[in-house]
Amino acid sequence: MNNIQGKAWKFGDDVDTDAIIPARYLNTSDPEELAKYCMEDADPGFARKVKVGDIIVAGKNFGCGSSREHAPIAIKAVGVDCVVAPTFARIFYRNAFNTGLLILESAEASAAIADGNEVSIDSTTGMIKDLTSGLEFQARPVPDFMQKLLDDGGLIQHWRKRLMEK
Amino acid sequence: MAQTITEKILAFHAGLKAVEAGQLIEAKVDVALANDVTAPIAIDEFEKLGVKTVFDNERVILIPDHFTPNKDIKSAEQAKLVREFAQKHDLKNYFEIGRVGIEHVLLPEQGLVLPGDLIVGADSHTCTYGALGAFATGVGSTDLAVAMATGRVWFKVPETIKVVYHGKPQAWVEGKDLILYTIGQLKVDGALYQAIEMTGEAIDELPMYGRMSMANMAIEAGAKNGIIAPDEITLDYVRPRAQRDYTLFASDPDAAYCRTIEIDVAAIRPQVAYPPSPDKSRSVDQAAADNIAIDQVVIGSCTNGRIEDFRLAASLLKGRKAAPFMRLLIIPGTPDVYRQMIKEGLTEIFLDADALISPPTCGPCLGGHMGVLAAGERAVATTNRNFVGRMGHPESEVYLSNPAVAAASAIMGRIATPEEI
Ligand code: SF4
Repeated sequence: MNNIQGKAWKFGDDVDTDAIIPARYLNTSDPEELAKYCMEDADPGFARKVKVGDIIVAGKNFGCGSSREHAPIAIKAVGVDCVVAPTFARIFYRNAFNTGLLILESAEASAAIADGNEVSIDSTTGMIKDLTSGLEFQARPVPDFMQKLLDDGGLIQHWRKRLMEK
Repeated sequence: MAQTITEKILAFHAGLKAVEAGQLIEAKVDVALANDVTAPIAIDEFEKLGVKTVFDNERVILIPDHFTPNKDIKSAEQAKLVREFAQKHDLKNYFEIGRVGIEHVLLPEQGLVLPGDLIVGADSHTCTYGALGAFATGVGSTDLAVAMATGRVWFKVPETIKVVYHGKPQAWVEGKDLILYTIGQLKVDGALYQAIEMTGEAIDELPMYGRMSMANMAIEAGAKNGIIAPDEITLDYVRPRAQRDYTLFASDPDAAYCRTIEIDVAAIRPQVAYPPSPDKSRSVDQAAADNIAIDQVVIGSCTNGRIEDFRLAASLLKGRKAAPFMRLLIIPGTPDVYRQMIKEGLTEIFLDADALISPPTCGPCLGGHMGVLAAGERAVATTNRNFVGRMGHPESEVYLSNPAVAAASAIMGRIATPEEI
């Protein structure tokens, strides 16, 4: 998955994990179940409207609040492969890497991309293209250590490898 | 090299002499914690690692507190997964209902988390244990799975914001108010990726339960951890409970901070955080003047579910009743808190006030069960989050306060100051 292309869904600042997947649905960890309620309290009906390949473009501090990994899981399961925001909440940031949800930090892209614009993203370079406006944005590079985790296929694969080598 | 308490604890657990902000480290954990919501995913990921045992069957702690007593079939299935894992791995610190309490009230009370510890929990309010002088932070289920298997976690060493609380608090001002006020200043991402170290005379005098309310809510400013250096008050709390050795750390006087914030505690009134964010804090006088009618009051949670919190609420509710058409819920944080409430006659006071006393559970705090709100309803809660839909319907509202304001509001049927009673 090097290229992601789809429609941008805009959200504001401080989208919290209760908005991404309300706690009332956490009596399961089944991704398909969680996907049905993705973003429900921020945009009711989002899960029905969004299409596979679409992108979430949000304001600062995306994913604040709880540690629930159900949040990145629900976003991925609903078909969204990438979230663009100026900053991410700390636990969400880790969880996204651990569950394989691509997150890109770019204040410029977050401000400039309008709701509904067609966007394409190169996941290896972090290049974000707004195909509607023609503007391009370079996301902040992923820290080396996180890149290594990604290259290994995530935290679990990284540790599997290490544990086998022992 | 001069270091903060957070840096010292991280360095100690990484086997290093010193660490500095921004450095990536791999550290040994003392406790790895999960609950009935986060453990099922962690267990799945744990199985993928291909290891046979947890790193330590006393230090992997599983607490089914969110949707228990099982609220429906799905949560029963989740709880069953957790129970079976605990049995299979012979976990010494799995707490079945009857013994279970809200994780962040239970673990300190049982002496399972101690000063100097490095604790990770698949629950964002794991930062509560910073009140004991530990480094404690929330992680997701996958990070926790690795910690359960290996006893290790990677971290980026955070910068530290130092908050100095000067002066003496006014009547009815609790640790909860100091932290609500602080979050109002910092905003929900004001401490993103950073540590918050709380110091000053007001903290030196603050009892343990108030310190726990404060460290509990560090995450509401986006912080990685909140921390208070251990002192005599900490040791008085820890000594009779500790089930193993512990280490006391303190910041060097010349340690480096990214920011210092000074707060004059004497100028702070009890706070009320308006929906939909914990950083929308205003003085209770403002809230009372706004004449906000309420449908429900919840006193409990990992922020304010300790015996002192219920004593405070009872001091106002004694001989009085909850307003008609208003639901008052009292949720003791643990069985020991419950027992103590009975011993001191607090349960009698609450029952006489027409309160419902729930078993220890997270329950309504996350809109789970035991007091979910309908559209258009409003609650005052001593919990820590008031995001949209947090306690039920997306069109319901939650106002956060300390237990005295919550009790006064229950009596008046609107947000009220304790002085009005
Ligand atoms: S009481 Fe509320 S905030 Fe605390 S652990 Fe339970 S759900 Fe989370």
